[in-house]
Amino acid sequence: MKRALRTLVAAGTVAALVAGCSLSGNPGNDPQAPSTVTLVTHDSWVAPQEVLDAFERQSGIKIAVLKQGDAGALTNKLVLTKANPIGDVAYGIDSTFASRALTEGVFEQYTSPEADRGPQRYSADPEHRLSAVDLGDVCVNVDSKYFTDKGIAEPKSFADLADAKYKDLMVAESPATSSPGLAFLLGTVAQFGEQGWQAYWTQLKANGLKTVSGWEEAYTKEFSGSSGKGPRPIVVSYASSPAAEIGEDGKPRTKALLDTCYRQVEYAGVLAGGKQVEKARKVVDFLLSQQFQVTVAGNMYVYPARQGVELPPGWAQAAPLPQQPKTLDAAKIQAGREQWIAQWRTLLEG
Amino acid sequence: MSLSVRDLTVHYGAFAAVRNARLDIADGEVLALLGPSGSGKSTLLRAITGLEPLTSGTVRWDGDDLAGVPVHRREFGLVFQDGQLFPHKDVASNIAFGLRMHGIPRAAHAERVRALLELVGLKGYERRRVTELSGGQAQRVALARALAPEPRLLLLDEPLSGLDAGLREQLAIDLAALLRRSKITALLVTHDQEEAFTLADRVAVLDDGEIRQEGAVRRVWRQPVDEGVARFLGVTTFVDGEASGGTVRTALGDVTLPDVADGTVRLGLRPHGVRVAPDGVEGEVTAVVHRREHVRLVVALDGDLSTVDAVAPVTADLRPGDTVRLVLDPDGVAPLPRVVA
Amino acid sequence: MAHSLRGLSTSRLTPRGAGLAALAVPPLGFLVVFFAWPVAAIVARGFGDGGVGTAIGDPLTWELAGFTVASAGASTIVALLAGLPVAFLLARVRLPGVTLVRTLVLVPFVLPTVVVGLAFRALWPDGGLLPLVLANAFFNVAVVARTVSGLWSHLDPRTVDAARALGASPWRAFRTVTLPALGPAIASSAAVVFLFCATSFGVVLILGGAHYRTLETEIYLRTVELLDLSGAAALSMVQFAAVVAALVVGALARRRRENAVRLRSRSETVRRPRGGEWWAVAAGLAVIALLMTPIVALLVESVSTSDGWSFAGYAALGGQGSHGALQVSGWDAASMSLRTAFDATMLAMIVGVLASVVLVALRRTPGRLARGMGETMDAALMLPLGVSAVTVGFGYLITLDALPGDLRTSPLLVPLAQALVIIPLIVRMVLPVLRSVDVRLRQAASTLGAGPGRVWREIDLPLTARSLVAAAGFGYVVALGEFGATSFLARPDAPTLPVAVATLISRPGELNNQMAYAACALLMIVTVAAVVLIDRFGAVRGQNSVGEF
Repeated sequence: MKRALRTLVAAGTVAALVAGCSLSGNPGNDPQAPSTVTLVTHDSWVAPQEVLDAFERQSGIKIAVLKQGDAGALTNKLVLTKANPIGDVAYGIDSTFASRALTEGVFEQYTSPEADRGPQRYSADPEHRLSAVDLGDVCVNVDSKYFTDKGIAEPKSFADLADAKYKDLMVAESPATSSPGLAFLLGTVAQFGEQGWQAYWTQLKANGLKTVSGWEEAYTKEFSGSSGKGPRPIVVSYASSPAAEIGEDGKPRTKALLDTCYRQVEYAGVLAGGKQVEKARKVVDFLLSQQFQVTVAGNMYVYPARQGVELPPGWAQAAPLPQQPKTLDAAKIQAGREQWIAQWRTLLEG
Repeated sequence: MSLSVRDLTVHYGAFAAVRNARLDIADGEVLALLGPSGSGKSTLLRAITGLEPLTSGTVRWDGDDLAGVPVHRREFGLVFQDGQLFPHKDVASNIAFGLRMHGIPRAAHAERVRALLELVGLKGYERRRVTELSGGQAQRVALARALAPEPRLLLLDEPLSGLDAGLREQLAIDLAALLRRSKITALLVTHDQEEAFTLADRVAVLDDGEIRQEGAVRRVWRQPVDEGVARFLGVTTFVDGEASGGTVRTALGDVTLPDVADGTVRLGLRPHGVRVAPDGVEGEVTAVVHRREHVRLVVALDGDLSTVDAVAPVTADLRPGDTVRLVLDPDGVAPLPRVVA
Repeated sequence: MAHSLRGLSTSRLTPRGAGLAALAVPPLGFLVVFFAWPVAAIVARGFGDGGVGTAIGDPLTWELAGFTVASAGASTIVALLAGLPVAFLLARVRLPGVTLVRTLVLVPFVLPTVVVGLAFRALWPDGGLLPLVLANAFFNVAVVARTVSGLWSHLDPRTVDAARALGASPWRAFRTVTLPALGPAIASSAAVVFLFCATSFGVVLILGGAHYRTLETEIYLRTVELLDLSGAAALSMVQFAAVVAALVVGALARRRRENAVRLRSRSETVRRPRGGEWWAVAAGLAVIALLMTPIVALLVESVSTSDGWSFAGYAALGGQGSHGALQVSGWDAASMSLRTAFDATMLAMIVGVLASVVLVALRRTPGRLARGMGETMDAALMLPLGVSAVTVGFGYLITLDALPGDLRTSPLLVPLAQALVIIPLIVRMVLPVLRSVDVRLRQAASTLGAGPGRVWREIDLPLTARSLVAAAGFGYVVALGEFGATSFLARPDAPTLPVAVATLISRPGELNNQMAYAACALLMIVTVAAVVLIDRFGAVRGQNSVGEF
């Protein structure tokens, strides 16, 4: 009797411990609930909860967010799981990877009624499987204070970066491991052509270009304009980055070189083989709606694809949308990307 | 017959540790397996316990083959040389372990533990930690633990060899009394003749994996079956003689052995079978070792290159180089069976 | 009398064999479902795409393999050189503060790789081969120090005394007596360290920059970014071969350790150092000081801002970072870490202890078949250490939907994956402890009427409980710091502390950066506290404290 009691108490204690200390006590999101639509996206996804709540009230659809790595990893996971998709709708595949997803048949056709409010301008696909949500241009950023202090003029163009005046001042990310790194490489391909880009990079290398594997190191450790106060005043980052570097005087400390920008468009689409196609379409509509589009700049540092959406205060001065960014045709990217990366690695790492 | 072992063979790979062993133990009987280290006696004990798989042969209890019966259902108790008390339990819990395993009601444990501790002479030791016990106490507890579930056979694997000499003797006497008093059927494995003779009714002498001789203690001691067994039982010298009418005539003198048939005979001599005496065969002392109860001598015989071991009283003041006379003492003489040519 | 040999052995072994098989099912089942199957599926997909042969023949593959082996080998040597004086300190020296050293040396082992990468990056701004080798060694000094000191502290010092009495100099005595006796522990820890270094990922990515690539980073790249599954499969095969080779070396070394020298308890062997031993003590302390450098730098970073000292980073742990860098607060992440690690540890203990029980039972069963099965299972349990987290993770994506409940995106995958990482460590720690239980104690229990299961419960379990708890505590700490697999599977709405650190570091803004370092400090504090508890707890009995790795 006493023994049974002791066993019972022990079992109870263990159960309490497990419930208190472990995931089995955590209900979490249940994507199987009837009104829940799973949105598969990249790790940079940020959206204000009140906007998502408002959408849930209007439509009765709860969005369960499933983040799956960067744009490349996201695309590849969607490709691998296309037979039995892990969600209903996807957002965050960019123009660099769009062609792979389209070729593999990850998305199904859907033209959102919201698409002709601007997103259509950035369409990647005549079959309307992907809708443009936002633009995340990659540009060379400079630390203005550094150049003022040194009394050197800031560089402006691709050509300036290879100028001996700016020797040992620039840091860029590897296109093999970094999404902005790849965008910058594509920008140089667009600028100098498939034949000429290698010669340009050779010049950059000769001019003391430093390459690192990720944006984090480049921007927070190497770049002198960020909080990390690194040694180099020129970095490959985003057009919107200066908006995060506004000094106490209200003026940006850094600047994006608008002639070095490469346009990355981020898309959303309905996953083929998903179980709730109708609701998934509603989510795409939501992502293109005014309601959502006003949040993207402030939260994800990207520019809305929809026309007439206001940017946060300060962006006009610190981070205006580049007017003539470089672009590259999706088919061309699909055909050349792996080869270019391999050539880049031989050129810069060999 | 309670335990009967037939043709038991245990191989370790190609090596045969025990070959074709045959043993019987009757109810209430104590059998000692006596043999030098490496003779296979522990292996045989472990095989009977069920801890060692048999290569061939059978172990039966009251006629039932134990082949399919695992160790924990054989109801055999085992005492190891070094006790192997459970270090995480106190004395009482060690002893009660078998009671618990056999589902004996908890209420009965305390009384049984008390009785067993009294039996082994450790009254009041219930709550002691086993790490605080001396070697002798630990062995007593181990014995009590093995006896607690009232095993039908008690197996003792060199139970006293880990203890120092004085304690060993005392415990051997206690153990012998306990086994007799409680009429326990037991199998004792030892390399120590004294221990075997103190405790056992019968002995089986094992050498090189084979049982050489088996029989009543006194008989095996008096009449070893061959030179090997004889040597193991303390014989250091052999001497040939001629028997006639109960007297054997040898180079070391005559000795009266009534049971020996007439004719040529080989005698095994233990050291105390050759004594220093006022008359007898003459020899020169070459070495002297003082023992507690006597003086051991090595004596070179006159006109002979061989030496014999002999004993003298403690009071004899002998040194190497002294001349002594030796006579045979029938008590230390073991006639060997005639080898049939 | 007419019992045939066969009849006897089957009638005896069957119930026991069946029991063993039943015990082996959960651990093997777990490994098959959550490791072998996903990995095989993704590798098979690569073969399906074709071109694996070409990729294996590619000189680049062999260049990568060569670099991986060479750099991991270099790191292993550095870790050994640094670990031995520390092992001496832990094993032989009676000085105040040695217990602290024992705890401190473990801290690097559980730090998130991102953080260590960045700390080394701060010391060598250009990255490169040297910091890469050093950083990998940095993580693993603990493995060498603790494994080797485990054996060293129990070696009979009188063998050295004997050698000295015969005229050997202290150094000569060390070389000819102590070193060979430590050989098995050194080789075994070297094999584990080599495995860790050869499959290290975050550090190589950060410190190797775009320049140095290993099989592991290349597998990641080809799988995650390029979706070149056939290339990844080819590299995985090569990596697998290297890992199996290292495991075989380790297993051979362990086999030798079994016939190890007579062992003494540590209390009999420690003493104050004398003469030349002070040099070894100084070297050990210097290694500890070096190990602490990046950690101190990190703590300093956590309280320094552009405007001077501040605890803003720590205060910010209550929030989600600036610009919503995290979806949860730092404390939520900490709590998620604790709970996930708890689940992972429970799971790993069930699998690891069951597996160890089976391994020990197989070892005690005579015969070549049992021995072979035991060694195969032992090696199989170590394999998760040698396969990319990304390979396993992508394997999950294409296999786990076949299971009920579609675990592919479940938060439960995180503890599962962490368990996979710590199971090999737990087996390495639990196995020798279980094996050290005197088989005669168990036999005594059997003769008293305890069946096989009862013997485990009454004898092995109580005798090894402390060590099992210590092993669990150690597994818990490793799970807390686990980054590779976790970062791959954790959902951003439920990050663990190391994942949160990585996320915070990858976002702009000073506060995020500081908060990242504060979170790191928090992780270290939890680790140190856990290790102190483990060492206290495991050391009381003194005999079977956490042994090898």
